[in-house]
Amino acid sequence: MTDSMVEAPPARVPDELTPHRRGWHGLRPYLPLVALAVAAVLPYSTLELPGVFEGPLNSPGTLQLLAVCLVFGGLAAGYDLLFGRTGMLSFGHALYFAAGVYGTDILVTRAGLPLWQAALLTVTGGTVLAGLLGAVALRTAGIAFAMVTLAFAQVGAILVARDFGGLTGGEEGLPLDVSGLPAGLVGVANTVNLYWLALAYLALVVLVVHRVSGSPTGRVLAGLRDDERRIGVLGLDPYRFKLVAFTLAGGLAAGGGVVYCLIVGGASPHVTSSELTLSLLVMVVLGGPGTRWGPVLGGVGYMYLDHRLTAFGSSDAVESLPAFLSRPLSQPLFVLGTVFILAVYFFPGGLASLRTRLGPLTRHLPARRTP
Amino acid sequence: MNTIVLLTLTGLGLAALYFLVASGLSLVFGLADVLNFAHGLFLGVGAYGTWWAAGNLPGAGGEGLGFVFAVAFGVAAGTAVAVLVELVLIRSLYSRTIEQVLVTVGLSLAGVALLQATWGADARPFPRPQWTRQVTGVLGAQVPNGGLLLIVAAAVVLGALLAFLRWTRYGLIIRAGVENREMVTALGIDVRKAFTLVFAIGGAAAALAGALGGVYFGTVSPGQGGSLLIFAFIVVVIGGMGSVVGSAYAAVAVGLLQQFVNYYGASGVGDLCVVALLAVVLLLRPQGIAGKVAHA
Repeated sequence: MTDSMVEAPPARVPDELTPHRRGWHGLRPYLPLVALAVAAVLPYSTLELPGVFEGPLNSPGTLQLLAVCLVFGGLAAGYDLLFGRTGMLSFGHALYFAAGVYGTDILVTRAGLPLWQAALLTVTGGTVLAGLLGAVALRTAGIAFAMVTLAFAQVGAILVARDFGGLTGGEEGLPLDVSGLPAGLVGVANTVNLYWLALAYLALVVLVVHRVSGSPTGRVLAGLRDDERRIGVLGLDPYRFKLVAFTLAGGLAAGGGVVYCLIVGGASPHVTSSELTLSLLVMVVLGGPGTRWGPVLGGVGYMYLDHRLTAFGSSDAVESLPAFLSRPLSQPLFVLGTVFILAVYFFPGGLASLRTRLGPLTRHLPARRTP
Repeated sequence: MNTIVLLTLTGLGLAALYFLVASGLSLVFGLADVLNFAHGLFLGVGAYGTWWAAGNLPGAGGEGLGFVFAVAFGVAAGTAVAVLVELVLIRSLYSRTIEQVLVTVGLSLAGVALLQATWGADARPFPRPQWTRQVTGVLGAQVPNGGLLLIVAAAVVLGALLAFLRWTRYGLIIRAGVENREMVTALGIDVRKAFTLVFAIGGAAAALAGALGGVYFGTVSPGQGGSLLIFAFIVVVIGGMGSVVGSAYAAVAVGLLQQFVNYYGASGVGDLCVVALLAVVLLLRPQGIAGKVAHA
């Protein structure tokens, strides 16, 4: 899965770089569909990838890891609607994701609603919440906006941690009551359905984000990112457009929360932490903000690394290192944070800029020159 | 009455902690436009530095002069880390605000993970001098000395900062830079030195908050800086970016509100009220109590 995602084309390669690949060029618009198809049939494969995954591709453990990666790919793509495409630095995106996770969990487990009703209510609620809080937070701009969204998200974290009314289970989290769920989404044998659900979520987010950024609204958003005053001078209201983007991104994140809740089978207070938003930011920047596939790659790659680095950190190879090396290496966040800092310095465009950066190099390779 | 005095003084203790963290944050923000997520790390370094020094450094300890020495070591360590961060990471991204913020985000993730890797994720008991564990009678209320110590320390830092900003040449540059950095640069003054200085001051104040926070809470843990940082952010926004006095007012308001509501309402409601206060301030006065109008 990850491999096929890596093969997906980056944002845009200038035509003059690829004059000799006309046939290939004609196929390029269909590559995302091919990647989607490959990802969709992946669970039928029993391929073993030692070192990459613990078990064969179709084992429940691997599928669950992939599903979590896909959800975060979608979350990162939705967050990029704010950060990469509109230039809004929100530090409270985790709130809407957490609203999705806890909303679903509470409505199903505590209120006993059927899943589809709970999901619908949760996504609606998450969108409304984003609209309301966005309306207040957008009275500030830039860094102050970041702080205010962070403060709002903190309320979510406090509410969850204090366990008001015994709804959230506090520090313990709240396991999802599976008795009311459709049978196809319950049990280890059905992990594959959750995987497909996650894939569908990712596809939906990518579709929505691309539709929006390709629309007139998307051009206004890009204009806001580049120069907000110019949009104001054109007679458009920056506040309204930013609020639309904020609300939409919040709704998408809440949807991701619903799927995540099903995949991990419950809610834990970790999803409300500001660290999660910071991780989303790291994913987007590592992948390439404002690009077509960068945030998705960043999200999938980050979550994969986060999981694998934990295993790597407790492996024998790391254990045998001297303590001053093995201890930091056993902390995924240390490795990811360091990689992130290096990326900000030496790799500003993220993964998505890889192709354009390597462009000059490949042009000089003689073998590639022959048409 | 006793309860009110006690709540006021413990609230002020909390406010002192917020002020120590927020003042540096506010100055760094006002001058360099950097929302410093790594500020919590400086606090963590100060706390762990003090903790380590009290246990390992000859001459330092948990009592009397030894404790002062340990705190001095912690503050020095926090200041050193802050200066290093500014010189190595922030300065090379001069005027690229978003990248600077991103670097501090990475630093906050990696730094806390590093603290956790070195000393474990669990809270460690903090060396507290005997007298800070005792209480003092104030107007009939029994107030913990740790909180009083914080209030005194914050008042001293506030006074020193104001004197520094008011009467020294660098203070003048910092005040002018917060007002309009481009203009100061155009006048041929190197604002970058002021950046380093402000980071050093902020780092020292945060590290002091870490050391005294350890006394106040009795423990030290890697995540402590992060959770305090969020309230410090709120204090900075309410107080107005770049204003030390605004931070002080806002810290007192936030600390008292939190303490009183947490006592008379349910625990945790006070934290919510603080955010509600933030929302109200933003709706009525987006630039904060003492700040200028925030610009993009």
